[in-house]
Amino acid sequence: MSKIPAELQYSKDHEWVRIDGDVLYVGITDYAQDSLGEVVYVELPPVGERFAADEEIANVESVKAASAIYNPVAGIVDTVNEELDGSPELINEDCYENHLYTLKDFDAAHVGTLLDAAGYAEFLKTLD
Amino acid sequence: MRRTALYDTHVASAGVKMVDFGGWELPLHYAGGIIAEHHAVRQRAGLFDISHMGECMVSGPGACAYLDYLVTNSVSSMEDGQLIYTLMCYPNGTVVDDLIIYRIDAEQYWVVMNAANTEKDLKWMTEENPKAHADHPPFEIVDFSDHISQLALQGPSAAAIIARLAPEAASLGFFRFLKDLTVGSVRCMVSRNGYTGEDGFELYCDNEHAKILWDALLEAGKGEGLVPCGLGSRDSLRLEAKLPLYGHEISDSITPLEANLGVFVKLDKEDFCGKEALHAQHLAGIPRSLRGFEMIDSAVPRNGYRVFLDGRDIGFVTSGTKSPTLGIFCGYALIERDSGLSFGDTISIEIHGKLKEARLVKTPFYKRTPSSKV
Repeated sequence: MSKIPAELQYSKDHEWVRIDGDVLYVGITDYAQDSLGEVVYVELPPVGERFAADEEIANVESVKAASAIYNPVAGIVDTVNEELDGSPELINEDCYENHLYTLKDFDAAHVGTLLDAAGYAEFLKTLD
Repeated sequence: MRRTALYDTHVASAGVKMVDFGGWELPLHYAGGIIAEHHAVRQRAGLFDISHMGECMVSGPGACAYLDYLVTNSVSSMEDGQLIYTLMCYPNGTVVDDLIIYRIDAEQYWVVMNAANTEKDLKWMTEENPKAHADHPPFEIVDFSDHISQLALQGPSAAAIIARLAPEAASLGFFRFLKDLTVGSVRCMVSRNGYTGEDGFELYCDNEHAKILWDALLEAGKGEGLVPCGLGSRDSLRLEAKLPLYGHEISDSITPLEANLGVFVKLDKEDFCGKEALHAQHLAGIPRSLRGFEMIDSAVPRNGYRVFLDGRDIGFVTSGTKSPTLGIFCGYALIERDSGLSFGDTISIEIHGKLKEARLVKTPFYKRTPSSKV
């Protein structure tokens, strides 16, 4: 059973987002990290670059496969989680504590259109 | 989807992740994960269900000569109780499959094939090769794939573990086998070989005894830290040890000479399928060469990614991973041989649309320190 924290919002591409002041934290969900398996490398986006919604922004690589990450909400990359460079396995250990990147000047209205925890849980049921 | 006799055992194992591997539903890994299983095999021991592999028996007075025609290595010089690694080639020198051949006696050979190639191989061996319908001394090819289970016990502790169940197995030489051995209570054929770069054994038994054998080996290895291992670690282990994988380092568009497997191609044999083409390639110069590389830029190289030298496309990655043993991103690439590259030289690999630098290095990435007793 996937962990789906109630306070986050979710995309159908299995990213979570959390608004913290004027930045948006973006990470991958428990379902995503479990499907990927052990993460060995995370390719993070360039800081300062603007990405549209649904644009490919990062790659999470596990032992067996590469998985593209699609930016869930338009915005400018503010910071990346550099801890993942040395310790990509943090994604497997706790994917909600270890985000991928943050966005600034993000499309706040779009955040509201993402799934809430219950909606994402329902969505996952349609996948199995 | 096809399943091995151990399917129920695998899915009952907590934390197992099953995967579709060429139409077979097999464990990718168990609860510990791929990396932990990889380390277990390098440091202690792992047990793999490789029953998806195909097996056939080639027997009769014409068996040896026929096999010697079909494969690149020398079958006629084998001894009873010996096994060899070999390629089976098309007339153009590219690869139908790589095989292990066991000589039981002068008229009986056990042939092990890749799961995904089994059907193709049997067709090739019985109908499609140029000499399939020629006049031969009699021989027979019988497919046992659906009836036989195959387990691989691998790792530095493998010999100590198998010795508890069958002491004779532990004194087998490398690439030697015993045809009738009781391991636990199960009648097996046991050989000393593997696909991990470690010491180890491969065991064949009837499907109905596979679970008894699986459980007996796991029980015997408890003290040594033996764990069940899936296909994920099998791939990363073989990659570190430079053991080729069909569809990657060898295929129907790559010759064994290009894949640096010339040692298994006996060009001095009287005749074999593909000899003319391979001999010509040997004389004219082998166009491509399989080279090992280590990433300078962090990124995971994977099968099919293009390789560039000074902006020119010179080949592609055959396999790549993050090596669990060495902690480096590394792999193999099949590249133009006349690109003049030596160890330490830099190539670029296109990964997710960006060029990432790698340097050519000596391989294998991992070589075990031989134990005192082989």
